[in-house]
Amino acid sequence: MMAVVLAVLVLVALPAAPDEVRAVDTPNDDGGSITVMWTLSADDAALSAYEVVRVAEDGDEEVVAVLPAGVSRCVDEGMPDGRAFRYRVNAVLGDTLRATSALSEPAVSRAQWFNTRRVNVLVALLLFGALILYFIGTARKGKKLFIRRIAGLDAVEEAVGRATEMGRPILYVPGLAAISQISTIASLNILSEIAKKTATYASDLLVPNRDPIVYTVASEMVKEAYAEVGRPDVFRKESVFFVSEDQFAFAAAVNGIMVREKPATICLIGMFWAESLILAETGATTGAIQIAGTDQISQLPFFVTACDYTLIGEELYAASAYLARDPLLLGSLKGQDWGKLVILLILVVGSGLLLVSGVKGLEFFRAIYEFFSVA
Amino acid sequence: MKQALPRLLCLVAGVVMIVQFFVPHGVSETLFSESLRWVRIISAFALILGVRSIIAHHGTRVRRRTAGWVYSAVTLTAMVVSTFIGLFVGKDANTPSLLASGAQTPIPLHMQLLYENIMAPLGATMFSILAFYMASAAYRAFRARNKEATLLLVAAFIVMIGMVPIGAAIWTKFPDVAQWLLNVPNMAAKRGIWFGIALGMIATSLKIILGIERGWLGGGRG
Repeated sequence: MMAVVLAVLVLVALPAAPDEVRAVDTPNDDGGSITVMWTLSADDAALSAYEVVRVAEDGDEEVVAVLPAGVSRCVDEGMPDGRAFRYRVNAVLGDTLRATSALSEPAVSRAQWFNTRRVNVLVALLLFGALILYFIGTARKGKKLFIRRIAGLDAVEEAVGRATEMGRPILYVPGLAAISQISTIASLNILSEIAKKTATYASDLLVPNRDPIVYTVASEMVKEAYAEVGRPDVFRKESVFFVSEDQFAFAAAVNGIMVREKPATICLIGMFWAESLILAETGATTGAIQIAGTDQISQLPFFVTACDYTLIGEELYAASAYLARDPLLLGSLKGQDWGKLVILLILVVGSGLLLVSGVKGLEFFRAIYEFFSVA
Repeated sequence: MKQALPRLLCLVAGVVMIVQFFVPHGVSETLFSESLRWVRIISAFALILGVRSIIAHHGTRVRRRTAGWVYSAVTLTAMVVSTFIGLFVGKDANTPSLLASGAQTPIPLHMQLLYENIMAPLGATMFSILAFYMASAAYRAFRARNKEATLLLVAAFIVMIGMVPIGAAIWTKFPDVAQWLLNVPNMAAKRGIWFGIALGMIATSLKIILGIERGWLGGGRG
């Protein structure tokens, strides 16, 4: 009789068990994890914790997570792929009282071959790529494309001419980043165009480098540029040189070159960090024309302040096409502009969708909005 | 052929890395980390070319006694001494070297000592110069020569005063106004630039992968 009374008391004291326990392979991962979800217990507010229990095919059980009340999701990681597991969630009240849910359906973890959360990136990439290729095709057919003037790039010709007249060198610093940075590649493309001009005018060109690979590529590019305009004889191998991989050692060396060689023109184009102002201010004290360009937003104010011309962000990437005046490359610039227009439209439409999704009954607009958020 | 093979390699590598971005499978992750290892290995080999460049560049300056050749001599000496210490004396007090196979180096002079007592103070000195350059650049930027410069001056004044305790003491709203300037107009401009940069990067990458931009091969465009 006593035992029955105790059992009834325990049953009365037990919290409601979590419901609808579901286990699924975690999407968009490289395997080894299963996501478990459940509906919170009706007594969630009173619970001390939820225990997530993994049950293997052979019946082995293991508590894989103990989570606070209010949590209804858990990712079980470090699992073997290809094996089925079921899950159960216990609602724990105090230290001992446990209400156990029903077992979930079995779930198997697997590695995925496509990240569905990046579909939007793929769509944007394809759209943008198509725009660029379309405008390149248009340019190839001979259609004249309007490109706005970029003062900093128009000044390059003048700067090279000035250096020739003054009999002083042009100092070109292709940034401090490695070749893997796209801004470095963009800078080297500009260097190639400037090298053609210095070769034509037989001006001196100095290219100090911080990265050994960038040095190797820059050296070859300058050499080829001189050959392309028919002046391989003017190319001096020592004009492109490696300085140091240390940031401030490099800055000190370039400052020394500026002070000793007194270049007529200084180009600081590529990726720069804390040394940007040290270089630009030293250059300004030598009286050289300074053309800077970077996609490092935090360094832009320093360049704008200390240099005569600054290529801001995307202008750095437009520069080689602008200088070369190659119709195919100019076509890609037009594609970039249309890309910006598409982004602008998406911003307006996305803001509108987010606003509208707040209205009761129109929540589905939020799903369209969320398509644009990047994982 | 001289350009065709590098272009083909570039195309394949570019497409593979784009595909890799969309594939979460372990194979893709391994490919990515392996390619990063390759970059590091190639960098190590390129450093040999860098050292050769230093020797050739400064050696020529010393030989020809061009202006400032003494600095080149100092550079070459420093390079030889630090290479010798790194190879034959040791990286730090506890790391064996070619000369000392035991735990302790025979000479209490090692790379770490050189780094801590020469490189670090020199680097710090260069970095500290930045403060003075900032003052001179700020002076130049904040002269109210035209409307834009005046606007910059006023905005900078509000942001600076809003960031120090005295700003709030003068007017309690200064920190809020400063934060608004940073969060709204400043952030809007930054995001505008970021969009341009992102599109520029994609366009440049596509041009290189598709072989339209061949400046990196030493010129010539298709």
